[in-house]
Amino acid sequence: MAAVQETIEQVKSIDVDKYKYGFETDIETEKAPQGLSEDIVRFISEKKGEPAWMLEWRLDAYRRWRALKEPTWAKLKYPKIDFDSLYYYAAPKGVSGPKSLDEVDPEILATYAKLGIPLKEQEILAGVRKAGEPSPNAGTSGEGHEEANGYASLAGKVAVDAVFDSVSVVTTFKKELAKAGVIFCSISEALREHPDLVKKYLGTVVPQSDNFYAALNSAVFSDGSFVYVPEGVRCPMELSTYFRINEKNTGQFERTLIIADKGSYVSYLEGCTAPTRDENQLHAAVVELIALDDAEIKYSTVQNWYPGDKDGKGGIFNFVTKRGDCRGKNAKISWTQVETGSAITWKYPSCILRGDNSRGEFYSIAISNGHQQVDSGTKMIHLGRNTTSRIISKGIAAGFSQNTYRGLVSAHRKATGARNFTNCDSLLIGDKCGAHTVPYIEARNSSAQFEHEATTSKISDNMLFYCTQRGLSEEEAVALVVNGFVRDVLQHLPMEFMAETQKLIGISLEGSVG
Amino acid sequence: MLEIKNLHARIADDGAEILRGIDLVVPKGEVHAIMGPNGSGKSTLAYVLAGRDDYEVTEGDIFWNGESILEMGPDERAAKGVFLAFQYPMEIPGVATMTFLRAALNAVRKKRGLKELTTPEFMKLVRAKAAELGVSDEMLKRPLNVGFSGGEKKRMEILQMSVLEPTLCVLDETDSGLDIDAIRIVSEGATKLRGPDRAMLVITHYQRLLNYIVPDKVHILAKGRIQKTGGKELALELEKSGYADFTGKAA
Repeated sequence: MAAVQETIEQVKSIDVDKYKYGFETDIETEKAPQGLSEDIVRFISEKKGEPAWMLEWRLDAYRRWRALKEPTWAKLKYPKIDFDSLYYYAAPKGVSGPKSLDEVDPEILATYAKLGIPLKEQEILAGVRKAGEPSPNAGTSGEGHEEANGYASLAGKVAVDAVFDSVSVVTTFKKELAKAGVIFCSISEALREHPDLVKKYLGTVVPQSDNFYAALNSAVFSDGSFVYVPEGVRCPMELSTYFRINEKNTGQFERTLIIADKGSYVSYLEGCTAPTRDENQLHAAVVELIALDDAEIKYSTVQNWYPGDKDGKGGIFNFVTKRGDCRGKNAKISWTQVETGSAITWKYPSCILRGDNSRGEFYSIAISNGHQQVDSGTKMIHLGRNTTSRIISKGIAAGFSQNTYRGLVSAHRKATGARNFTNCDSLLIGDKCGAHTVPYIEARNSSAQFEHEATTSKISDNMLFYCTQRGLSEEEAVALVVNGFVRDVLQHLPMEFMAETQKLIGISLEGSVG
Repeated sequence: MLEIKNLHARIADDGAEILRGIDLVVPKGEVHAIMGPNGSGKSTLAYVLAGRDDYEVTEGDIFWNGESILEMGPDERAAKGVFLAFQYPMEIPGVATMTFLRAALNAVRKKRGLKELTTPEFMKLVRAKAAELGVSDEMLKRPLNVGFSGGEKKRMEILQMSVLEPTLCVLDETDSGLDIDAIRIVSEGATKLRGPDRAMLVITHYQRLLNYIVPDKVHILAKGRIQKTGGKELALELEKSGYADFTGKAA
């Protein structure tokens, strides 16, 4: 048991402050006055030059939000958020919307460069693999692989929408995408350039009054990404949004809307970081995905918000509503998430399987260390016939953290032939952390077949001893065991981000063993 | 040469003394067998040699090639050439056997001051050794030990031993749970590794394993001490008389 004792000692002294994205950018910003009121909602809408219907929609959301209460059912403990002391809008001065690259403030470009997100169009994001190079995992197979490979050799490019505090500062590769008919821009720009599309789909997956945080987001959302892939188009490159919170005491409320029209395909990735600060910062995003007949959306997240220091001070409060609607037959939506950051994570990327034969997938790796708390999972709502869903969740808890999987699988009366497979595995490192699994299963159709598997394991002293006897150091042993544990999920990430993620897993668990 | 001097060890958790003054010398090039009844301290000796920290050494010392290894962690001992073939090999889900072998080999090579092998060099090496032990390519792709039969797990231990090229091999009840055919394959694999630069300590309950791995010396361990040492014929005697003479109990 000595090894466990050592682990605990190590975790006590763990330096979570080593968060490498914790720097701050010194830049002049323009903020809305503190607090939230109808006037603030009007201020934001006006700043963005929105049409009148959008303002009304926001005000409606604001009124609904006033009537809602914060949810308390999650296994999370945090001080009450004072919504009147927050700033709901902050923008780098002089920026009201995306510009061409040479107009962007060099300070902001430098920030993204420092984060490893090149905004120059000729570069490959992350630079892990060049186009045409064989995949390091070729041969190990997995559903997602061929697609990812096809991509890299096709383009090897990733288009980026960079969101800095409340505004999108630049979107790359727009011209190339436009050639394929793909619209990829900030949501503010979409409201100006493509108002009919936004009006048709906004709020149709996550209605304004869906929940407390979604209502708040609907009232004050500042920016985010908008994607429309026209009928029959396979989006020629990976799309990604990179969210950066910089300003103090500012909430970030981004809104993402992705529409894949009939028979189209798009793969989208979001990344997130924030400076190291003593105060908690609120992040309440809403993401809506709509897949029409035969369309497929693959949405991947690598969330690495600042997790707070070793005593649990500071860090991002992440309250996010993500939902996809398989609105047409044979539609497919796949969520893959790697959650390593945030002090609090409250997030349940879900799928509404409305179209017959539609399919929803949720692949998740949630790592918590230090004093982080994660309550995350998914909802698979089977409405159409012969709909299928698959949930693979891997939770890893170290330090003093709490890691909860919460998931709902439901089949409605008409969902004949609905099938779900769920697998939730938890891995514990040390004995001061906790892992919890809370599955809700509701079948209102007798032909539904739902399977649920769950395991909780510990990296045992036996396993560590076995690996170290073969010559591996303890850190190498833990990294090997954890990467093996999450392997099923890693395979579903776009190839460009797999290696990065493996590294991130190592960094997130640094100091978790002796 | 392995030299164990007056080794006393107890369980770290509850202080129960298991090894009570072991003295043992295994020169390079020799194979020694340790036989003994249940609870005599055989597996404890294997773990203490490999550096498991559930046991505390209270007295005595262990020298490998003239150097005390007591203060070294398990990975450092592995780098010095110590290898333990486990009685119950661990399963490592999601980690392909090939990946594990490569990580382990590169880790010890690095610590031994050798350069890491390239992928083609490594594949060639492993495939050749695997073929000798009847380990298929398919098995090398599967997660280490997951879903392997008892025989497959033991073969995998011998494969790891052969790939990592240790100089001190400790085999802890490698025959347990195996049928005759599996014992033969595993023992042949181990016997191939006999060599002038290698010392081997074979721990077993039964004489039958020693028909395949013929020892230079046999030691009887009971009540935490070596009670008797002899040639390979000692194992045969034991087969007839049992351990009663050494445990003070009737067989």
